[in-house]
Amino acid sequence: MAARQPMPLQESEVRRRNFNEVALGYTEEQAVAEADRCLQCKDPKCVQGCPVNIDIPAFIASIAERDFDEAIRTIKLTNALPAVCGRVCPQEVQCEEYCVLAKKGQPIAIGRLERFAADHESVKGVEAPQKVKPTGKHVAVVGSGPAGLTAAADLAKAGHSVTIFESLHEPGGVLTYGIPEFRLPKAIVRQEVEYIKQLGVDIKVDYVIGRIKTLDELRGEFDAVFLGTGAGLPNFMGIEGENLNGVYSANEFLTRVNLMKAFRFPEYDTPIKRGKKVIVVGGGNVAMDAARCALRLGADEVSIVYRRGEDELPARREEVENAKEEGIIFRLLTNPVRILGDDKMSAKSVECIRMELGEPDASGRRRPVSVKGSEHQIEADTVIIAIGTSPNPIIFSGSGGLESTPKGTIVVDDSAMSSLPGVCAGGDVVTGAATVISAMGAGKLAAQTIHDYLSKQ
Amino acid sequence: MSYSIVEKRDMVHQVHLMKVLAPDVARAAKPGQFVIIRIDEQSERIPLTIADCNVTDGSVTIIFQEMGKTTKQLATLKGGEELQDFVGPLGTPSEIDKLGTVVLVGGGVGVAPSYPQAKAYKEAGNKVITIIGARSENLLILEEEMRAVSDELIVCTDDGTKGHHGFVTDVLQKLLQSGEHVDRVVAIGPPIMMRAVAGVTKPFGTQTIVSLNPIMIDGTGMCGGCRVSVDGKTKFACVDGPEFDAHKVDFNLLMNRLAVYRDEEGISMKRHECTCGGEQ
Ligand SMILES: Cc1cc2nc3c(=O)[nH]c(=O)nc-3n(C[C@H](O)[C@H](O)[C@H](O)COP(=O)(O)OP(=O)(O)OC[C@H]3O[C@@H](n4cnc5c(N)ncnc54)[C@H](O)[C@@H]3O)c2cc1C
Ligand SMILES: Cc1cc2nc3c(=O)[nH]c(=O)nc-3n(C[C@H](O)[C@H](O)[C@H](O)COP(=O)(O)OP(=O)(O)OC[C@H]3O[C@@H](n4cnc5c(N)ncnc54)[C@H](O)[C@@H]3O)c2cc1C
Ligand code: SF4
Ligand code: SF4
Ligand code: FES
Ligand SMILES: [Mg+2]
Repeated sequence: MAARQPMPLQESEVRRRNFNEVALGYTEEQAVAEADRCLQCKDPKCVQGCPVNIDIPAFIASIAERDFDEAIRTIKLTNALPAVCGRVCPQEVQCEEYCVLAKKGQPIAIGRLERFAADHESVKGVEAPQKVKPTGKHVAVVGSGPAGLTAAADLAKAGHSVTIFESLHEPGGVLTYGIPEFRLPKAIVRQEVEYIKQLGVDIKVDYVIGRIKTLDELRGEFDAVFLGTGAGLPNFMGIEGENLNGVYSANEFLTRVNLMKAFRFPEYDTPIKRGKKVIVVGGGNVAMDAARCALRLGADEVSIVYRRGEDELPARREEVENAKEEGIIFRLLTNPVRILGDDKMSAKSVECIRMELGEPDASGRRRPVSVKGSEHQIEADTVIIAIGTSPNPIIFSGSGGLESTPKGTIVVDDSAMSSLPGVCAGGDVVTGAATVISAMGAGKLAAQTIHDYLSKQ
Repeated sequence: MSYSIVEKRDMVHQVHLMKVLAPDVARAAKPGQFVIIRIDEQSERIPLTIADCNVTDGSVTIIFQEMGKTTKQLATLKGGEELQDFVGPLGTPSEIDKLGTVVLVGGGVGVAPSYPQAKAYKEAGNKVITIIGARSENLLILEEEMRAVSDELIVCTDDGTKGHHGFVTDVLQKLLQSGEHVDRVVAIGPPIMMRAVAGVTKPFGTQTIVSLNPIMIDGTGMCGGCRVSVDGKTKFACVDGPEFDAHKVDFNLLMNRLAVYRDEEGISMKRHECTCGGEQ
């Protein structure tokens, strides 16, 4: 059998200094060759791994037949954000892990084919969705991340009138403010948002629910509400020196770079410190993104400091490889103890301690324990903390009776309904920081639940 | 989105008043809250306190001082033009109770955010004593407006061109020494002034509230850039504040963090002067 088609990439020496997309996408020939490898299984296991249930063999068959329009039509039946998912879904633990060919280490490159179909359409111009008969029901969606956009799309397709309220000035949630341009170009996010608007969804930006209007007020004005407010509150470590100049949360660093385009300062007004020696604390996708942005801003040396080992890195494998190729240094089994500053109260180094893996903890991963006496200092003028985020509590102000967990996530039942009738929630605000596609899956489920709820009224 | 500027007025040298049409913000705003604005696509987001709002015509008033690139660019806009973004009301509203006597201390452009508070404390039935200061008479703002909502108004100028010759803190110190019973002091102005006020009231044990102004981006608790240290604990000023107990604030940290982008701000400013022909 033919080998899996490799993804063409920008050369690591070049891409490490620019913000252009790293993965260039399949050519037509590559896409067709890859699609030809698909066995068109009668009982396609791959679909089980896709939280939004794309008819994977069907769209791949269309690509093999060079009917790319039909391919994207099939995908869009269940997925409103294919150009995004094709790029950032952790396919290796989803659809592709389930593919029967995965056992031999050569699963069909489902994500890349999805991206190919979506990009093919965007070059050609997106097909206008069909208008449906209005139901006369009004639904408010709070938050325009993948969960909110998906819920809004499905609700609009069902004929409901949908208004999205977004606190930032641009829709997209993490897709816009968090994931960098070189992994997910903002033009693509904008295009996907445009498609959702074409479905008739009204998007109100600059609109913070809990401040300008409360959930209680929204419930009075709308027939149902979906909460997809994400997990945007950055956690800090609580160590000495965290408030020194030059110490950022990953959210702040990435928001400056992506949402505010600080990488184009001074053409864009928002400033950012372009550190020479940068330390990023954490091992997830967020840490990889922050590290690779810092490198592209011109750093001489960027290190990831992570308290567990290589096998425990929560980031996508592919992104870890890309980061390594670009020259990011991985200081594994290392944990920061404190950040030291100079006489101007700016960060100058991070004191770290070496770690060993001990017994497995509650999560089943081996717990890192510090090695006494192994403290050492690493020079750094910029320190970026990427150790996780929690749901932002603003949405709870003026939301009488909305039940939450001690972690600040919203409590929902199996159908995504919260403790308040007619109010559903999904995505990171329910699960804590997770993935784009799981947020979309939750948005879909919630849309179905809201549709059923409204149909009974 | 876009928000029309319904009125723009120069108050004193480099201080301007702008009324912006944002009916939902006007309806929801409470004293002590602020908005974040973005002029256009290339602009940064900057926070400005809501100085007044009008539910009937849907306008929100901001008063700002030209400091650097963004506020200077803002100053070039006129009535009829638009701001791209105007988000609010943000921050936790002030706790306005009936306490007895409340002293409001406003310095420079900090007089503007003191105004809605003075009004609200007065409406809540307090005796309101207001101390406002500026470098010179021709830089004083809102004197008449403040007089209208205060039981007593004391004006100070650094150069003695009007009222008391000296700092607002001198007047406050005298007031507290005179034996006047003061239940709360609210100080809004440059961090240096707020720190000095905290220093004056501390020995008297007078409850003192300050409104902190760290660098912000989103204003919704999402970036942590606005973190300040209060009573040794890290707080996000945009959601936990902006008002805090003055006696517990680490002002040195605040001032240090405010200076972090000084070089970049200089670059922006130079570039702005080149493209718009300098000082207007
Ligand atoms: C840097 C980074 C990289 C990532 N990389 C990947 C990846 O490669 N693959 C992957 O699958 N996942 C990745 N993730 C995770 C993924 O992006 C999230 O799990 C996903 O975006 C969650 O979607 P959501 O819709 O629940 O929330 P979000 O995307 O967080 O969107 C929530 C939206 O709600 C808005 N909001 C919040 N509160 C209010 C309010 N009170 N009123 C109005 N609006 C409000 C916010 O402004 C935001 O726009 C990454 C995350 C980050 C931060
Ligand atoms: C809650 C809050 C309310 C405020 N209310 C008012 C007000 O009513 N009227 C008024 O004139 N000013 C107010 N400010 C200050 C105002 O936001 C800054 O003066 C403005 O951002 C300066 O921008 P610039 O580009 O013109 O100047 P720059 O040259 O960029 O900055 C001048 C100084 O302003 C501070 N600053 C810069 N960027 C920001 C930012 N994004 N957020 C906060 N501070 C910043 C820094 O200390 C900097 O050194 C408020 C600030 C806060 C946090
Ligand atoms: S949406 Fe994600 S999980 Fe589903 S097929 Fe596409 S890449 Fe795979
Ligand atoms: S499991 Fe793999 S080979 Fe089978 S249909 Fe799905 S993608 Fe094709
Ligand atoms: S401004 Fe971002 S958290 Fe306060
Ligand atoms: Mg500025």
